[in-house]
Amino acid sequence: MADGTIGLWTVPLAVFGGAIRVSTPFLFVSLGECITERSGRINLGLEGTLVMGAMSAYGVSYLTGSPWLGVLAAGVTGSLLGALHAGICSLPRVNDIAVGIALMLFGTGLAFYLGKPLIEPTAPRLPAIDFGWWSDIAQLRAALRINVLFLIGVVLAPVLYWAFRTTRWGLLIRTAGESSDAARAMGYSVLAIRLKATMVGGFLAGIGGSFLSLFYPGSWNEGLSSGQGITAVALVIFARWDPMLCLWASLAFGGAAALGPALQSVGITSGYYLFNAAPYILTLAIMIITCSPKRTLTGAPAELSITR
Amino acid sequence: MDFGRISRRHLLQGSAALTLGSALGARSALAADTTIGFIYVGSRDDYGYNQAHAQGAAALKKIPGLKIVEEEKVAETDAVEKTMESMINLDGATLLFPTSFGYYNPHMIKMANKFPKLRFEHCGGLWSEKDPKNAGSYFGYIDEAQYISGIVAGYTSKTGKLGFVAAKPIPQVLRNINAFTLGAKLANPKATTQVIFTGDWSMPVKEAEATNSLIDQGVDVLTCHVDGPKTMVENAARRGAMVCGYHVNQSPLAPKAYLTGAEWNWEALYPKFVKMIAAGESIPNFYRGGLKEEIVKVSPYGEAVSAEARKHADDVKAKLTAGDYTIFKGPIMDNKGKAVIAAGTDRGQKDPELEKMDYLVEGVIGATS
Repeated sequence: MADGTIGLWTVPLAVFGGAIRVSTPFLFVSLGECITERSGRINLGLEGTLVMGAMSAYGVSYLTGSPWLGVLAAGVTGSLLGALHAGICSLPRVNDIAVGIALMLFGTGLAFYLGKPLIEPTAPRLPAIDFGWWSDIAQLRAALRINVLFLIGVVLAPVLYWAFRTTRWGLLIRTAGESSDAARAMGYSVLAIRLKATMVGGFLAGIGGSFLSLFYPGSWNEGLSSGQGITAVALVIFARWDPMLCLWASLAFGGAAALGPALQSVGITSGYYLFNAAPYILTLAIMIITCSPKRTLTGAPAELSITR
Repeated sequence: MDFGRISRRHLLQGSAALTLGSALGARSALAADTTIGFIYVGSRDDYGYNQAHAQGAAALKKIPGLKIVEEEKVAETDAVEKTMESMINLDGATLLFPTSFGYYNPHMIKMANKFPKLRFEHCGGLWSEKDPKNAGSYFGYIDEAQYISGIVAGYTSKTGKLGFVAAKPIPQVLRNINAFTLGAKLANPKATTQVIFTGDWSMPVKEAEATNSLIDQGVDVLTCHVDGPKTMVENAARRGAMVCGYHVNQSPLAPKAYLTGAEWNWEALYPKFVKMIAAGESIPNFYRGGLKEEIVKVSPYGEAVSAEARKHADDVKAKLTAGDYTIFKGPIMDNKGKAVIAAGTDRGQKDPELEKMDYLVEGVIGATS
């Protein structure tokens, strides 16, 4: 350690650091999707929302010089896309999954089109909070430079968990998701609830996108998301529609994504394609372990088009 | 600009610029309506491979009398054939530059057979005798520029540990890693290059993770071979490491951390091609070169580069430019201890053996599979 290197400790540290750095977009998209799906609708378009969020955050941050305005713009863009999804799905006999796929293509395409002039300039980034001030190890300090958005996400997960259980709003969303008839009988408009839930979901997914372009990797380009939005939507099913499980699953995905490069950096170089595939192998493994032929997915909202 | 209404004065200026001044009034191969098409696989302002080609196209735009049409983000599928056909039929393009490696076979070959009077120039060095004569393939020995980057990196690194973020272990990439390492060892015989393969040409999150992992290992100078070096350059600079660029000059992204870089010099090559056509010569079907032929270049040195490093690098650069220097000069061992180039064997730039490179030289930490 005297020469400033930490040898094999790089691997756990990179997985830990990666869990913090890479997980935030997963976390925001999956929490957003969790809200939407709990209200009984699937929004597959969040990949498009994520990319649109990343682009608009970068653009607004570049034009105004304030990254926080960029985050807000990403959220607003996301909720507009959410409103579009919910609006189209409010029409009779519209399939939410098909609309989601259309919006995914629309969102990414629009972001690439509008984002063309943004590839070159450098926008102000979100600041990081230095939680590693107590340590002399440069690597640990780097891993502990944490962005506020990550912390907001971590706090949001238990808040959502609590809100779904105990607040009036949580109960309404769950009612709309479990039995739209019950919600209607109580005098609530299911479509209005789902519209709001999808907009909030889009807002969070857009913020997840702003993290990609404004913090890590930290610039706008067209390969930025490379499917993270899709992964995060799948992660909700994997997390059984539970916000706390979404948090753990996002952290596991982030850590797994850091594993491949970290192992190569300490000289474990054989089979790196396999290590790069770690997040997907992890998903498969957990899916296989937790599935059962005897019951349907536990926790799945009854009104979802995939379970109905 | 309306090319249909181009004045005679413009035409003459154009001819003069193309060294056609003497042949006043003679029918030139390049009339005012000459249209050249450029096709890119990605976006042309990516601070990388595509931007390098777009800079070459921009150099042609400055020549009066040429019309440049460009299309970006064209997939390496029959989409590129459609793009070529529309450039030919709708825009009247007579010279086409499909710049991505995967455009060549079968797409460009098919078009070259279909339009035998037009000229097709592909970047990648794939042309062989059985291909159509109106098709050509050109490529640069950018490992020469990587070698210079290596020398500068070797002098600048305090830890003697260099990092290389690479996409895939194909011969071209391995050759760059090896040249970079051999260059670094000229400056510091103990220098090592740690390589991380991300698995694909554009994986921003993986590239950022690779950069962070390398720096955690004590690496203090990094370079890369991926499509868009922006992610590596920005993330390395944020962590306080130095970088050597690739494809184009990335110094605007990290002015303090940027040491030098291996750049394509298409803005010198493309006007040469146009001149050849204008003069009635044919472009060689197989066109390759390095620093000497001005197909690659080295970025200007950053402020962190020491005088000693500049001197050594400039010295080697001058020799390479003169064409009397061999990078892959035996004996060279691979990093498993096997002799890959025997003592006394010089593998010059054009040696076909180098095109099959499947090893990493001694001093590289990493594996090809």
